[in-house]
Amino acid sequence: MTNSIAEIEETDVILITGSNTSEAHPIIGRMIKRAVDRRRAKLIVVDPRKIPMVSFANIWLRPRPGTDVAWINGLCHVILEEGLWDREFVAQRTEGFEEFRESVKEFTPEYVEQVCGIPAEDLRRAARLYARAPKAMIFYAMGITQHAHGTDNVKALANLVMLCGQVGREGTGLNPLRGQNNVQGACDMGALPNVLPGYQPVTDEEVLARFQAEWATGVRLSNKVGMPVTEMFPAVLEGRLRAMYIVGENPALSDANVSHVREALEALDFLVVQDIFFTETAAYADVVLPAASFAEKDGTFTNTERRVQRVRKAIDPPGRARADWEIFCRLAKAYSRELNKRSAVAAVANGLAARCKDRGYWDYADPSEIFDELAAVTPIYAGLSYKRVERGGIQWPCPSRHHPGTPYLHKDRFARGRGKFHALAFQGPAELPDEEYPFYLSTGRIRFHYHTGTMTRRCRGLDRLAPAERIQIHPQDAERLGIRTGDRVRVVSRRGEVEAEVLVSENPAPGMVFATFHFAEVPVNVLTNDALDPVSKIPELKVCAVRVEKVAA
Amino acid sequence: MTILMDGMRLNAREGQTILDVAREHDIRIPTLCYHEKLKPIGSCRMCIVEVEGSSTPVAACTTAVSDGMIVRTHTPDLVELRRETLKLIFLKHPMNCAACEINGNCQLQDLAHEYDINHTDLHTYNIRPVEPEPGPYATPLIQYHPRRCILCGRCVQACVEITEVGAINFKGRGALARIAPVERMGSIKPECVSCGECMAVCPVNALTEALGKKRGKAWETRKVKTTCTYCGCGCQLELNAVGETVTAVTPVDGGVNRGALCSKGRFGYDFINHHERLKTPLIRENGTWREANWDEALDFVAKRLVDIRSESGPDAIGALASARCTNEENYLFQKFIRGVIGTNNVDHCARL
Repeated sequence: MTNSIAEIEETDVILITGSNTSEAHPIIGRMIKRAVDRRRAKLIVVDPRKIPMVSFANIWLRPRPGTDVAWINGLCHVILEEGLWDREFVAQRTEGFEEFRESVKEFTPEYVEQVCGIPAEDLRRAARLYARAPKAMIFYAMGITQHAHGTDNVKALANLVMLCGQVGREGTGLNPLRGQNNVQGACDMGALPNVLPGYQPVTDEEVLARFQAEWATGVRLSNKVGMPVTEMFPAVLEGRLRAMYIVGENPALSDANVSHVREALEALDFLVVQDIFFTETAAYADVVLPAASFAEKDGTFTNTERRVQRVRKAIDPPGRARADWEIFCRLAKAYSRELNKRSAVAAVANGLAARCKDRGYWDYADPSEIFDELAAVTPIYAGLSYKRVERGGIQWPCPSRHHPGTPYLHKDRFARGRGKFHALAFQGPAELPDEEYPFYLSTGRIRFHYHTGTMTRRCRGLDRLAPAERIQIHPQDAERLGIRTGDRVRVVSRRGEVEAEVLVSENPAPGMVFATFHFAEVPVNVLTNDALDPVSKIPELKVCAVRVEKVAA
Repeated sequence: MTILMDGMRLNAREGQTILDVAREHDIRIPTLCYHEKLKPIGSCRMCIVEVEGSSTPVAACTTAVSDGMIVRTHTPDLVELRRETLKLIFLKHPMNCAACEINGNCQLQDLAHEYDINHTDLHTYNIRPVEPEPGPYATPLIQYHPRRCILCGRCVQACVEITEVGAINFKGRGALARIAPVERMGSIKPECVSCGECMAVCPVNALTEALGKKRGKAWETRKVKTTCTYCGCGCQLELNAVGETVTAVTPVDGGVNRGALCSKGRFGYDFINHHERLKTPLIRENGTWREANWDEALDFVAKRLVDIRSESGPDAIGALASARCTNEENYLFQKFIRGVIGTNNVDHCARL
């Protein structure tokens, strides 16, 4: 998030798109509801589904799935046409404006209505409400990013935000709601193929040299950008990737076109899975390592507003299970022993210097020592320590010991200097409904479960509230197909099929079905499309084409 | 402005209640329905005080101060009235405190002590308590204990003020009054979201986890403040542990969530002590799994990684870190993959 969660209490207009906030981020959802209810903040929801937040909204726009660039450009079009843009901000803080202005000319409300199905007048109202707000916040989540053109969607929103000068101040900004406790931290720590900790590019020789000296493992750091997860599985099937080490993830259930992923897991020469349960992915492993849960270790998580907060150990891990950090340290030592065993010849063949010996190598008394090391090499964390984040946490960037942290970004300048407008053309989803597969399928989450259900399916209460998948379909479609709530349906895409119970609901738009990926019994990701965004390599989990068939009782 | 409370001249501000001023100056007025996170409810009558000029006592939590107000918080009359109020509560509320998890950590129990309520008191009324009928609650995750309930209304208020839902309300009158799910509010049916805010504010343990583990007594429970493991909001909460078992999640003040929690944060802890947790390293041999110790398992992993790296180069190895793990762990893991294996093939599920 560019801004902070608490700023919801100060903003005037909130625009939510591609986030089922009250289900996936219930506490943030409540704060938004309260802002609307108590302070009369205005709420715009843009979502193909009639999500619960819609009942609190002043304006609800219902675009066809996968048409986001069109309606966002449409908003910009109206704002420019009616002269509602922030001339001062655009002149002083941005570049590429003229080209951008040209690019949104064709996105008239009438054209947008054709493409997205949003009534032209509603689009105009929403544009005025957002642009005229003294302070406006945009919240988005995977409904914006999980598209074959997800990067374009985000850039389009960034255009909108800059056009109206709704960034760099309190109560404004472009705010992605991150779905997992520490997805922000994992990115910050360089668990990404192109950047080292603190988003320092692996292709930057100066950066590499610094890490080389700091880590001193004796191995030459690679300056070649690695593979993102969505490219790893195809690479396995092409024989380019032979071994994988998977920590606390369940791609056999969570990834798009999961049959393909399972084929790849099967084909690996060697697979290590480190987790707290024997997941669907663990079934493919050669070695399974038992890890500790969040209750059994010390450390830090970084939340969606960049706040680094403490995690504290309450109990010991069960049996021989160990905290992941302990496992990594022991593994590094085992690896070094193995190399030493193989004589100098092998060590040289591996490009390893004598440095890689067991003296003080990968020894940390506790996670605070690891934190001090990572803070030293991660400029945005440089001023942080356990002592400093002990009470309430601190939001990065925090470059020095006396820096108070940064509640909102881009105050006087953007990271790159001036904010760049992007001229964007509208491109539809990779797969559209047709005669054979007439429905859109969109996937997402429900309040009571989390991701592939590894944890929440094992919580009695939560599993009682939502014990099984219920695929949602609009009443009009249900009637046409002769389906009622509780019937079983088969949902078929070009990639696979699943069977589940149906819930007739006004939540999905007509012509659309919705399913979650929480239930191993109904692995909905056998249906989804693994078409990737060319930049972020995100799969298009939010749109694919399916057909729905009633299953005879 | 200044007011005179129990003979002391105290500074007060416009908009403050008598209770606010008293608390600011460490004058204790007993309360039951009052909760810091909620607007004053004014239902329990424990905080009654005498205000000069008023013929009847007033509730300190709902009465605004005015300049020159003269307030008395502890007169013999007030004490007697509070005792009567407590006696009425204990006509219904069971006195078998030993069987209650919050024994020793209960506001009502403390007040009973302070005002010296005992069984003999209750006989003076010669009334047999009506046994309230058990009925459904708004969510199967919470059990409602009608006899314990003192009808203070905190839960009802929390559902509206904290959760923004309004799924529960009072039902019935007099001795039969209880808390029950709201059937309909105008044209809409408020839907309980099972967040448990009602349970969190209940002062007398009348709302308990229906499916939870047996909660420990206050004195045997360790409370450890930590960060929630579910979504990216980063709510602060307290794990309650008895021995090596997590028995409950309770709220803490402050944090981005300001003490509020959702259904997963509050009720999603069973997995921690679940019997299916992995407890030992496993190695697959000839298609079957065998338990191994750590040295064995890690030596094997190291051997295979070294093999594959020597045969096919570091880029033949790929790694997925985890958005569920800590910063420290993600840092170490990518350091291992980059600095020891020598590849940038490290990613995690940020895209899913």
